[in-house]
Amino acid sequence: MKRIITMTVNNRPGVLNRITGLFTKRHYNIESITVGHTESEGISRMTFVVNVEDERIAEQITKQLNKQIDVLKVVDITDQAIIVRELALIKVAVTPATRGEIYTLIEPFRAAIVDVARDSLVVQVTGEPEKIDALIDLLKPYGLKEVARTGTTAFPRGSQRASSTNKSLFII
Amino acid sequence: MAANMKVKERVAKKQTLCGALMLIEALKAENVKVIFGYPGGAVLPIYDKLYESGVFHVLTRHEQGAIHAAEGYARISGKPGVVIATSGPGATNIVTGLTDAMMDSIPLVVFTGQVASSVIGSDAFQEADVLGITMPITKHSYQVRDVHELPKIIKEAFHIATTGRPGPVLIDIPKDMAVAEAEFDYEQDVQLPGYQPTTKPNHLQIRKLVEAVSQAKRPVILAGAGVLHANAHEQLKQYAEQQHIPVIHTLLGLGGFPADHPLFLGMAGMHGTYTANMALYECDLLINVGARFDDRVTGNLAHFAPKATVAHIDIDPAEIGKNVPTKIPIVGDAKEALIQLIEQNGKRPDVSEWLKQLNEWKREYPLMYKREPGVLKPQRLIEMIHEYTNGEAVVTTDVGQHQMWVAQYYKFKQPHRWVTSGGLGTMGFGLPAAIGAQLAQPEATVVSIVGDGGFQMTLQELSVIQELNLPIKIVIVNNQALGMVRQWQEIFYEKRYSHSLIPNQPDFVRLAEAYGMKAMRATTEEEAEYVLKEALATNAPVLLDFHVCPGENVYPMVAPGKGLHEMVGVKW
Repeated sequence: MKRIITMTVNNRPGVLNRITGLFTKRHYNIESITVGHTESEGISRMTFVVNVEDERIAEQITKQLNKQIDVLKVVDITDQAIIVRELALIKVAVTPATRGEIYTLIEPFRAAIVDVARDSLVVQVTGEPEKIDALIDLLKPYGLKEVARTGTTAFPRGSQRASSTNKSLFII
Repeated sequence: MAANMKVKERVAKKQTLCGALMLIEALKAENVKVIFGYPGGAVLPIYDKLYESGVFHVLTRHEQGAIHAAEGYARISGKPGVVIATSGPGATNIVTGLTDAMMDSIPLVVFTGQVASSVIGSDAFQEADVLGITMPITKHSYQVRDVHELPKIIKEAFHIATTGRPGPVLIDIPKDMAVAEAEFDYEQDVQLPGYQPTTKPNHLQIRKLVEAVSQAKRPVILAGAGVLHANAHEQLKQYAEQQHIPVIHTLLGLGGFPADHPLFLGMAGMHGTYTANMALYECDLLINVGARFDDRVTGNLAHFAPKATVAHIDIDPAEIGKNVPTKIPIVGDAKEALIQLIEQNGKRPDVSEWLKQLNEWKREYPLMYKREPGVLKPQRLIEMIHEYTNGEAVVTTDVGQHQMWVAQYYKFKQPHRWVTSGGLGTMGFGLPAAIGAQLAQPEATVVSIVGDGGFQMTLQELSVIQELNLPIKIVIVNNQALGMVRQWQEIFYEKRYSHSLIPNQPDFVRLAEAYGMKAMRATTEEEAEYVLKEALATNAPVLLDFHVCPGENVYPMVAPGKGLHEMVGVKW
């Protein structure tokens, strides 16, 4: 089962190492990690996606993370109302004949072209990981030159901590 | 008190000090009586300041000796053990001890030197990524990047090492940080929002346990080292007696409950007593106090306490439910929890049938071995040591057969007398640990019981024992083999003794004499009796080489993968 765990940590050198090391030591497999600053100085927010066997292991992960001195708060938000987002940059091969087609194709995904070259386009897309999978599938026949995905970041909906500036990040 | 005031006055001055002096002043402020260490290039500035500091430093002959000695000190005194090692090889030599302390929840504050900040990351001489190497085996770790932070870091390190679930904390100090100067202010509060151990147990959960106890027919308490860390041994006895609940110990918990108490069932697990293991199998309520359900205790989890409601008292919430599903989780300090349970004074369960059954098992299946004339049985040797020390000695061991025989036959009556490497099972632990234990309790009789294999891993520390004239009695249980390895090869590998037999041991008596130490040998029970009595009457270190029956095995036993109810070797 897939679990989404978020936490706030002291932004100290080695913190990420400490946490990923814990996952390795305890034999938990990480699917993705995203890290970035929060509204408070010196505090970062991490979002983990892990695939675990059962609830018990999910609980163990949360508890073990909580034991880290530099970890301030850990929440398994999988079962909450959440906004889940990932960003991907997709460089796709184009010919003069397919360029227009791709423009119309990506429109329903609310994706954007962020770079244009003679024989390629870079598409930027944000959304739930499944939506990104779908777009990549759709673009595959044209020839994918490169794909860069950020990994999942997530946020509880209407949480008290969410300020308007934070929200705007996730509305896109 | 006066000394304390002096420290405060000195500290209050907020003088400007170099990092090395800050370290020394901080140790004084923390009331550290002894540090164990080994100098080297990266810690030279610290050792230079140590020279005239008046701080008592023990120079072990290997960094591994230093950290095990610190562990022995911590396990006996309850205070954090302090270690200094240099960068690179010095630091990598303490890795075993750090892991040992982490596994057994021993408070340590370990200082490692590091190459100068300017060359960190360049593979400089004696550089190792100590923070990276030790991250998974420390409770927390620091690298000093600004000398202004050093007092705060040391203060936090002592706080983290000794509170909550104790553990080792490492501080890596680049050489230039020991020389750089800053204002020293040690009178500050520790503020760690990410570290707030729960010591007060939840009242509702306590009520649940009281209710469960009142309903139980076959309750049992499994008490681990958490009882000793929390100094809760008196409360454990009081509670067990109040509710009439029998008590089982884990290896590390021994001494938390008196071994001669009628409610005591012995040690549980792989080489535990039949009664203790059957009690765990048959109980309907299992109250775990400060044990982590190690696999050596539980055997095959599929057969562990299958009929029981499990309650677990632990200061570390991550231990609850980690291995065994728990119905009544109680996060908190063992002492606080037991005090609350005693105060609740719940309805006592009716355990007459249960105690009858347990006593029958005790009578029917006691620990046993065959005595043979002219042969020194290791079990008998431990019994004799127990007898001649009134069961009051501080005993340290390595890992293996001798360790299990001590756990079985040295009936610990008091807490803080038992120093062994439980979780990691470290060979070479016993001898250096005895140094720390003796320094923690100068008046105590310290007996270091080691195997001929483990002894040779850290025997250079004989030098320290002799130099400090620590009256430690070193008992080598010499069976010319790596006994437990040999036992497993006998049972599980068709007696293919691959590299476990060592018939050509050095002459340990002459070896000890080379260090200037008195030493004796015994090969029979009569000789053993004589040399033991003589050694224990001597107020100086003595090494005793006991040639025991080489083929003796540790029984009873739960084979790996088996349940606790599937013990072998319980009857003739």
